[in-house]
Amino acid sequence: MQPFKTLTSTPAPMKVMNVDTDMIIPKQFLKTIKRTGLGVALFSEMRYDEQGKENPDFVLNKPAYRKSEILIAGDNFGCGSSREHAPWALLDFGIRCVISTSFADIFYNNCFKNGILPITVSPEDLDKLFDDADRGSNATLTVDLEAQEIRGPDGGTVKFEIDPFRKKCLMEGLDDIGLTMAKAPKIVNYETTSKIERPWL
Amino acid sequence: MTKSSTTTIDRHLVHEVTSPQAFEGLRMTGRKVRAPEKTLAVVDHNVPTSDRSKGIEEQESRIQVETIAKNAAEFGIEYYSERDKRQGVVHVIGPEQGFTLPGTTIVCGDSHTSTHGAFGALAHGIGTSEVEHVLATQTLIQQKAKNMLVQVNGTLQGGVTAKDIALAIIGEIGTAGGTGSVIEYAGSAIEALSMEGRMTVCNMSIEGGARAGLIAPDAKTFAYLEGRPKAPKGAHWDSAVKYWETLKSDPGAHFDRVVTLDANNLPPIVSWGTSPEDVVSVLGSVPDPSLIADEVKRDSKTRALAYMGLTPGTKMTDIELDVVWIGSCTNGRIEDLRAAAKVLEGKTISSRLDYAMVVPGSGLVKEQAEAEGLDKIFINAGFLWREPGCSMCLGMNPDQLKPGQRCASTSNRNFEGRQGFKGRTHLVSPAMAAAAALAGKFVDIRTVG
Repeated sequence: MQPFKTLTSTPAPMKVMNVDTDMIIPKQFLKTIKRTGLGVALFSEMRYDEQGKENPDFVLNKPAYRKSEILIAGDNFGCGSSREHAPWALLDFGIRCVISTSFADIFYNNCFKNGILPITVSPEDLDKLFDDADRGSNATLTVDLEAQEIRGPDGGTVKFEIDPFRKKCLMEGLDDIGLTMAKAPKIVNYETTSKIERPWL
Repeated sequence: MTKSSTTTIDRHLVHEVTSPQAFEGLRMTGRKVRAPEKTLAVVDHNVPTSDRSKGIEEQESRIQVETIAKNAAEFGIEYYSERDKRQGVVHVIGPEQGFTLPGTTIVCGDSHTSTHGAFGALAHGIGTSEVEHVLATQTLIQQKAKNMLVQVNGTLQGGVTAKDIALAIIGEIGTAGGTGSVIEYAGSAIEALSMEGRMTVCNMSIEGGARAGLIAPDAKTFAYLEGRPKAPKGAHWDSAVKYWETLKSDPGAHFDRVVTLDANNLPPIVSWGTSPEDVVSVLGSVPDPSLIADEVKRDSKTRALAYMGLTPGTKMTDIELDVVWIGSCTNGRIEDLRAAAKVLEGKTISSRLDYAMVVPGSGLVKEQAEAEGLDKIFINAGFLWREPGCSMCLGMNPDQLKPGQRCASTSNRNFEGRQGFKGRTHLVSPAMAAAAALAGKFVDIRTVG
C-alpha cells in the first residue's frame, strides 16, 4: 500500500448527499477478479451517457477537476454495499482523499485498506471547502495527515480527527494482516480458552 | 475516537463477488486460511435464476463462479455450488444451515450480513481486504461501536409486516442515522415477529447506516435453530442454550440513542425516491423537495424525483408499475413467499405488468414452497417461478430492469441503477408487492380481502 503523508490537489466538489456505492461503481463492474483497472468505470452512470460519451456537466469531466486527487462530497458518502471496488475505482482514477460530513462505516474502513484518507468535517467546514473547490484550478487544498489538518488556498486550516492506529498504518503504508499475524500467540491463547468456554462452536 | 482492537471471528461467510481478490492476496503472500471449518462459501450474486443445466452464459459471471469453486477447493472451504440444493443467498443459507448462532461474531464481504443479528449475533459486512484479513487470521481489527436502541411496541395491523417496520425506522433515522452504531431492536412488536421477520428487520440495519443490528435471542430463536445441520447437538446444544439465554441487555443499560416506533399505527410503507430513507405511507403522496431548506439535500431529492419520473403530490396509490419482483436476503424466505402467495391465491396479475417474478432465497426455501404448493399459486397468478439467488435485487445476473421500467420490489435498495440501468425501484413488503402485482399499481394491503 502506498503511504499517505501529504497531498496537494485541486479538490473536486460533488454536491450530492448519500452518494452510494452503486453510484461510485455500478454492479456490472463487480465481476472482475482483480483490484485494478476500475478507474474508467468510476461514477460510470453519472459520468457517461447511454452511448458511453462523457457527460460534460459531471464534475470529474470538467477541465479543472479531471486530475483531482481530492473529492469533496455531501453527507453520508459511500453508503450501501460493502464492495471494496468503490475505493479501488477511486484510487485507480487517482483520488486519494475524500472529504465529507460523514461516511458509511464499511466504505470508511475500506478506504484505509487502500491508502485512501477519508476525512470527516463539520457541515460549516464542508461548505467552506465546497466554496474553495468551486474556484476550480485557481484553488488547491493541502491535506497533511501528520498534522491532521487541511490547509486552504487562503491560509485557513481545518483540523480533523483520525484513529491513531489507522493514521500510523496509512502514513507507513502498513499491511495490517502482517501486524495481526504477529499477534498469533494471543490469538491461539484466546482460541484455546474459547474452545473450553464455548465447545459448540 | 475509540481505539482499534483485534476481535476474533466465529463465522465467516464467503461469496463469489467480494472474495476473488482476497484469495489472490493469500496466494501472493503464501498465507493459508486459518480456520476453514469456520468458513462457508456459496455462489449467489451472479447465478442465473433460469435453467442452470446449461451452465452460465455470461463469461465474466461464469469466471467469477468458477473462481470461487476453485478457491474453495484449494483452501479447503465447504462450498455450495449453483447445483447444490443448499445454495442460495448467503444470508438465507447461514441461518438455514444453523451456521449462524447466537453470541457469535459473524462477518461476510456483504453489507447485508447484519441479517444474522436476528439471532443475537454480532454480524456485519466487511470489504475484500478485511475478507482476506479474516481468512488469514480469523480476526478483524475493529473499533467499538456506539449503542442504539430501537424500541417498537404495540401490535402490527393485519398486512403490515417486518419490512414496514424496517422501512419506517430508516425513514425516521435516515440512511446515516445509525452510522458507527449497532442497533438493538426490542419491544413487544419485535418479540412478536417470527425469526424470518426479525431477519428482515436486522437485514436493513445497514440501510439505516448502522454497522449491525441485533435482537436478543429467545425461545423462538432456539426453536428455529434446533436440529439444523450445523447447529450444536446433544450436550453441546444444552450448554449452548444455557449460555444463549444470558445474551440480553441489562435492565437500565446505557444506549447512546433511543428511537421508538408505535407498531399500532404503522401503515404499509412504500419508497418513492432513490434512497431507502425516501419512504412514505401507501396512503401518502410523493413529497415536494422544493420545501427543503438545505440546498444539497434539496438538489439530491429533486434529482431523485427526476430519476424516478415522479411529480410531487402524486398519490402513491396512483403510481403504475411495469414489474413486480419478490425475493432477496431481505424478503426471500419461506414466510415471505407464504405472505405473497396468500394475497395471490386464485387471482391473476394485472395485464399492465411486463412481468412479475419470484426468486426463492435458497434451494431449500424453493423446495419447501413447492411442497406447500406455493409455486402453483405464483405460476397460476402469472408470476415467473425461478431458481434461487440474489437476482434482481442488484442485477448482476441477467435479471435486470430496462431503462424506465418501474418495479415494486421486496429488496433493500432503491439506488439509481440498482436493479438495472435507469430502472426505477419502489421498496415494499412481499404482501404489498403481491397486491401491487394484482392491481398493476400500489394498493393498501389492509384493504385487500
